[in-house]
Amino acid sequence: MTSPVESLVQQEYKYGFVSDIEADTVPRGLSEDVIRLISAKKQEPPFLLEWRLKAYRRWLEMTEPHWPNVQYAPIDYQDIIYYSAPKSVKPLGSLDEVDPELLATYEKLGISLSEQKRLSGVAVDAIFDSVSVATTFKDKLKEHGVIFCSFSDAVREHPELVQKYLGSVVPAGDNFFAALNAAVFTDGSFVYIPKGVTCPMELSTYFRINAADTGQFERTLIVADEGATVSYLEGCTAPKRDTNQLHAAVVELVALEGATIKYSTVQNWYAGDAEGRGGIYNFVTKRGKCAGARSRITWTQVETGSAITWKYPSVILQGDDSIGEFYSVAVVNNRQQADTGTKMIHVGRNTRSTIISKGISAGRGQNSYRGQVKMLPRAVGARNYTQCDSMLIGNACGAHTFPYIDVQHPSASVEHEASTSKIGEDQIFYCKQRGLDTEDAISMIVNGFCKDVFQNLPMEFAVEAQKLLGISLEGSVG
Amino acid sequence: MLEIKDLTATAGDKEILRGITLTVNAGEVHAIMGPNGSGKSTLAQVLAGHPSYEVTGGSVTYLGQDLLDMEPEERAQAGVFLAFQYPVEIPGVTNAYFLRAAYNAKRKAQGLEELDPMDFLDLLEDKLKLVEWGPEIMSRAVNAGFSGGEKKRNEILQMAVLEPRLAILDETDSGLDIDALKIVANGVNSLRRPDNATIVVTHYQRLLDHIVPDYVHVLAGGRIVKSGGKELALELEARGYEWITDLAGAAA
Repeated sequence: MTSPVESLVQQEYKYGFVSDIEADTVPRGLSEDVIRLISAKKQEPPFLLEWRLKAYRRWLEMTEPHWPNVQYAPIDYQDIIYYSAPKSVKPLGSLDEVDPELLATYEKLGISLSEQKRLSGVAVDAIFDSVSVATTFKDKLKEHGVIFCSFSDAVREHPELVQKYLGSVVPAGDNFFAALNAAVFTDGSFVYIPKGVTCPMELSTYFRINAADTGQFERTLIVADEGATVSYLEGCTAPKRDTNQLHAAVVELVALEGATIKYSTVQNWYAGDAEGRGGIYNFVTKRGKCAGARSRITWTQVETGSAITWKYPSVILQGDDSIGEFYSVAVVNNRQQADTGTKMIHVGRNTRSTIISKGISAGRGQNSYRGQVKMLPRAVGARNYTQCDSMLIGNACGAHTFPYIDVQHPSASVEHEASTSKIGEDQIFYCKQRGLDTEDAISMIVNGFCKDVFQNLPMEFAVEAQKLLGISLEGSVG
Repeated sequence: MLEIKDLTATAGDKEILRGITLTVNAGEVHAIMGPNGSGKSTLAQVLAGHPSYEVTGGSVTYLGQDLLDMEPEERAQAGVFLAFQYPVEIPGVTNAYFLRAAYNAKRKAQGLEELDPMDFLDLLEDKLKLVEWGPEIMSRAVNAGFSGGEKKRNEILQMAVLEPRLAILDETDSGLDIDALKIVANGVNSLRRPDNATIVVTHYQRLLDHIVPDYVHVLAGGRIVKSGGKELALELEARGYEWITDLAGAAA
């Protein structure tokens, strides 16, 4: 007798196509020469090259971390191509100059770069392999003083801002993958919201890995000046390939006094096939600093893709009365592995943080929540609330929780709640007995489980996330 | 409406139903009684299509259709409703959302248009009165944190909304105090119509004081060993199940 859940068909990863685009790549492997070559190709100022080389030298002395609860074959860092750019990309006057094949690729992904066709209210920076190919609504944003451009453009046009904030939250030598990123990062998005400005539309970056054997190392830097507010969305996909590809990104957020940054991710990198062949290694460092008083940083993530996910979007709560939030849904199916969570470092007085983590494990997936809450000696009256729920679908998957709590001031309060539940045949049967089919039942149960997180996503993304979740879990019980 | 013939079913390797034959007509209330382990809950679950049980023989015809050939959701859409002995919790999904999804699934199957949330709220208002509840219950998650009594009441509310042709109440009285029992029974009674039927599965006679059956069947060892009118329930109450179990032993 097959269970109703088992009999659901496995849906194909629909973003797994490859675009035929001529690329400009550097030779395989990593050396100071490769870094100089990348820097030269991007016509970077000397400070940036120095910063890269410093990071590279630090990286050479570091070892790859093996504390995450994930397993994978050793990565040969000399076998990766560190720079790949579509040949046709050059500084563009308008979208008309973008390679039509590139535009077609994004259309296929459901991302229209043509501003007329786009839903108003979302500006997009499209990153293809190593470089940004287009940023929409740039001019409209400029009217409000908002800078939203590729990292390369920012280096050219606003070097003083880049130099001031680059590495201020995630230093070049922060960790193995962040150091690697600092050495070889090729592009990414840059956002600056001036004092008192509320960004008039959602900003969004869409990452796409296309070329084979390349790594994607993008770097995003978002600075919200005093009293500024911005909401930023990030999406990602990659072709289906039998080999693993490394994605080691860095995201830095800086919120000055009274500023608010909301950063939302829907991560759907290729996860590998049912046997665990191929897929993206998503080793990412994301950190925000509530630098000023009453500032606020919110991370919301829906992680459904990647063979391995290793990321801990964190907040340093430096300003008094600042707020850090982390809302996460992480799904693993088949042979996916995720070790994800957050760090909330309370430095200032009356700082508050909230962590809501929902882990869903299906197939042979392994899902770990790893979170640190640290209350430093000056963090008078700091508060944290953590809720960490795991849901298991089937009998071959795993859920793990690793909370680290470090309180150094007696007035600080930390609450941690955790639960594990199993989506059972009984729950599904109950829904079916009320007339719902199996797919609707699972989607309802899982969405209910994730509700606290989804309600923090921007509307358009919330719908996308719910759909994605349904697809990721199809055929998930074994 | 419902014709069960020589129905046999197993759970794993264990044979639980060993040949049930029962006819239920529209407008009737049948009580299925019997000691623990006699197979009465299994019968309810098999009729609803629970995947843990395998039907090994016999037939069930419901409104002219082969019930055993239908998926659980198809049975539900065709008007079969099971009030669960242990209603399941669905955290994060509101009662309102769940009920509307169920209601619309049925409407869709009937080729009717789905009801939007506002119209559905109007419909709910009357149904809530039936179980003496205010609207606040609708924003709570399905059965999550409900007391035993609240869960059973919620089953009756769902039944009221879905208006089944065949309602099967599986030990709906277990875990209810007398006030809750009355509310549940009143709910069930006011849903009785000439064109629908109810099967009440219960261990105790108590519920049958409030939901008066037309027929009482006693199950033992996976078979119906005795059938009668409502007075049979009283006899069971007075004499216990042992003499019936002996009957079953004699029959086997």
